[in-house]
Amino acid sequence: MPAPIRLRELIRTIRTARTQAEEREMIQKECAAIRSSFREEDNTYRCRNVAKLLYMHMLGYPAHFGQLECLKLIASQKFTDKRIGYLGAMLLLDERQDVHLLMTNCIKNDLNHSTQYVQGLALCTLGCMGSSEMCRDLAGEVEKLLKTSNSYLRKKAALCAVHVIRKVPELMEMFLPATKNLLNEKNHGVLHTSVVLLTEMCERSPDMLAHFRKVRQLSSSQLVPQLVRILKNLIMSGYSPEHDVSGISDPFLQVRILRLLRILGRNDDDSSEAMNDILAQVATNTETSKNVGNAILYETVLTIMDIKSESGLRVLAINILGRFLLNNDKNIRYVALTSLLKTVQTDHNAVQRHRSTIVDCLKDLDVSIKRRAMELSFALVNGNNVRGMMKELLYFLDSCEPEFKADCASGIFLAAEKYAPSKRWHIDTIMRVLTTAGSYVRDDAVPNLIQLITNSVEMHAYTVQRLYKAILGDYSQQPLVQVASWCIGEYGDLLVSGQCEEEEPIQVTEDEVLDILESVLISNMSASVTRGYALTAIMKLSTRFTCTVNRIKKVVSIYGSSIDVELQQRAVEYNALFKKYDHMRPALLERMPVMEKVTTNGPTEIVQTNGETEPAVLETKPPPSGLQPASQANDLLDLLGGSDITPVIPTAPTSKPASAGGELLDLLGDLNLTGSPVSAPAPQIAQPPFLLDGLTSQPLFNDIAAGIPSITAYNKNGLKIDFTFERSNTNPSVTVITIQASNSTELDMTDFVFQAAVPKTFQLQLLSPSSSVIPAFNSGTITQVIKVLNPQKQQLRMRIKLTYNHKGSAMQDLAEVNNFPPQSWQ
Amino acid sequence: IHFILLFSRQGKLRLQKWYTTLPDKEKKKIIREIVQIILSRNQKTSSFVDWKDLKLVYKRYASLYFCCAIEEQDNELLTLEVVHRYVELLDKYFGNVCELDIIFNFEKAYFILDEFIIGGEVQETSKKTAVKAIEDSDMLQETVEEYMNKPAF
Repeated sequence: MPAPIRLRELIRTIRTARTQAEEREMIQKECAAIRSSFREEDNTYRCRNVAKLLYMHMLGYPAHFGQLECLKLIASQKFTDKRIGYLGAMLLLDERQDVHLLMTNCIKNDLNHSTQYVQGLALCTLGCMGSSEMCRDLAGEVEKLLKTSNSYLRKKAALCAVHVIRKVPELMEMFLPATKNLLNEKNHGVLHTSVVLLTEMCERSPDMLAHFRKVRQLSSSQLVPQLVRILKNLIMSGYSPEHDVSGISDPFLQVRILRLLRILGRNDDDSSEAMNDILAQVATNTETSKNVGNAILYETVLTIMDIKSESGLRVLAINILGRFLLNNDKNIRYVALTSLLKTVQTDHNAVQRHRSTIVDCLKDLDVSIKRRAMELSFALVNGNNVRGMMKELLYFLDSCEPEFKADCASGIFLAAEKYAPSKRWHIDTIMRVLTTAGSYVRDDAVPNLIQLITNSVEMHAYTVQRLYKAILGDYSQQPLVQVASWCIGEYGDLLVSGQCEEEEPIQVTEDEVLDILESVLISNMSASVTRGYALTAIMKLSTRFTCTVNRIKKVVSIYGSSIDVELQQRAVEYNALFKKYDHMRPALLERMPVMEKVTTNGPTEIVQTNGETEPAVLETKPPPSGLQPASQANDLLDLLGGSDITPVIPTAPTSKPASAGGELLDLLGDLNLTGSPVSAPAPQIAQPPFLLDGLTSQPLFNDIAAGIPSITAYNKNGLKIDFTFERSNTNPSVTVITIQASNSTELDMTDFVFQAAVPKTFQLQLLSPSSSVIPAFNSGTITQVIKVLNPQKQQLRMRIKLTYNHKGSAMQDLAEVNNFPPQSWQ
Repeated sequence: IHFILLFSRQGKLRLQKWYTTLPDKEKKKIIREIVQIILSRNQKTSSFVDWKDLKLVYKRYASLYFCCAIEEQDNELLTLEVVHRYVELLDKYFGNVCELDIIFNFEKAYFILDEFIIGGEVQETSKKTAVKAIEDSDMLQETVEEYMNKPAF
């Protein structure tokens, strides 16, 4: 068989292929030749064949049949073979192939080879792709090489050790003794890799970190001063051609040292103090004209901000970042914005000084820079600068890419809520957002806005007028139209009567208003939800408008046969309102009262709204307010089955009229008929605001000895549950029940879960249990606290569900607790 | 560093070095994705791209793109220097390196990279030392070749 073609030859040939198909043909031919050559166990040309295979692999063709050949090459004595063999191993093999373990022995031998370049190859391969098994087997060899005086090998061994530690963290201890002398080297390669090794150890293990902060190295100096000294030498020493990059001595080493210092100084006053000087020196003396200098400054700034540095140093750091912001180089600006984002919480005032530059970055062309500038801007908004910042941010909202609009809109809303200088400004800002980015506004913004609008009583006329004008032109942006429809429905009378004080009132007739609402209803662009809003608004206007009631009646009756079930239901009910319950209509459609503002506290927020903004009210089950309560509620619904007991999430309590129009009133039941204060948000399984309102701290509770008897709520199969009671001094409707679960059998009960449900008029909150295991033989108990709110002072009843594992099987039981002592609920 | 990719303006891969373990298919997918992202960026943008939970640092030298994927806490500006240093090493070794050199001598490009970076970390900060190590290794190879009286591959 003729000698296989040379690698370069192959490359040249393949490159002449003009089409993908031609290339594939050549490759297949060559692969076949290679395969037969492998089969023949040809030692001379194996190296060449594998090299060609690697080239084809890079082009994207499969090369797995070469894996074993790589191993053979590694085992060969020839250096060339080994070189290609190890390269092949790194490219073709990884720890998921079983084959790779066969390498272990070869590597072990090569680690002890007489030629350092062979040892180097082995270390390199192990350090790049060694699996955990390989690392375990060979860690000892690596450790030995870490102590050698040959710097070429030592530096590679150090990085190999880093890889071993990453793969098998438990082996970290093993390398500790070898690290003692590492920093005494002069060789920069060893120094650099040693710093990397120390960094890896300190990052992974707080014990190591503590050790390195304190330990006395051989030359009786601690780690931090040693690093400081090395760094100082680098900066002060003259030009060293070997390590110089644009006038700076070994920037790679400098940056790594700074990073290690950062880790050592974090949360540690002594270490931080030891580094203050050198950090100041680096920060002031480094050349900033080239990227290299800036790289070092960047790392320095990160370090200063992260350790316990003195304030002067921190200001210096922020000023450096400020200078970065003005740099022409985009990369530098990017890096500056990223760092400022990290520090804006802690050093807010210092960052404020650079606000104008940051705002300018909003206009940058680079997407990542814009995003960071936007996030920073929101972080910097405060009461003083809100007007100016908002202007810029609104302008940004106008012109930015769609992917930003949602975040920007939410950010603007949040900021406006916190810092609005006046109600009018707030409403104007919201309007502006709705008109510019209306379709990107998040869904929860609509109810928030509506609540805001109702709260600004004096602005109603102005608001409705502006909203009306906004949708006159364009009613495609759903959130805008929803808010506008709602407002028009509420305040249409103000609109028609032209009462606006803030700006020039417009002349609008009732018919024109109805026109626009009807167009929204008809339009294809309107979402179902929006249509719901519009229909209800039209209905509400029947009490506010005087001349167009018939028109409204007509519209409502038309939609009684709409395909959309939602609309149909609403229309039918409104129709009934016209026909049978006309006497109730004015009361039902009365103006909404000012809604109680619920503070946003993340996912547990519920904004109490009327029926419209939560069309789901029409369903039989009220929408869950958060994920956790929902699952609990579902559980309890399962538990309770019956329809007379509602789950943990209450709706506003209303008394159901017994008449046939009950369904109708249910719909509107959430509209506040009597003007009584809206009930506070439902208690969450975590932290309900209202249950704790009346209670400031535990001592307010009555002493148990004051005498509510405790009861045994459940006692079956060796599981006993006792209830003890406490009443609050400040809020007489609250009862706190502490349950104690004990286990008198010989085996533990595990995964114990206690669930409870109460009748509709009560509200329940379950706090976390002390554990989920009840030890056997009554040797311990699980305690859990339940808080029950009983405003109507009805007799307390509870259904409980218990699930646990016992004697290897899952147990479950339901029970009803009726023996509550009267003192616990009267 | 998690991985390093070198590719041409047409998107052809010239070098790939992975310092983390991933299945082959995954690697191919990642390469395709990243090549697309980077080739679509214009001159005016910065050299950094946020990608999944990594940062991509890339730089174009003539017709080749050099791309490194680094972790959250790594210094982007320094990575640019790392890339530059690698190019300098290639240049010193090949003498005025161009893309063709890397195409025809890809295995040498890998060897040089392996003298500069192990396991995703820089091992040698001196240009001289790194290049000398390669040249010495080459000598070792050549003596064998002379002995065999024919080129190895």
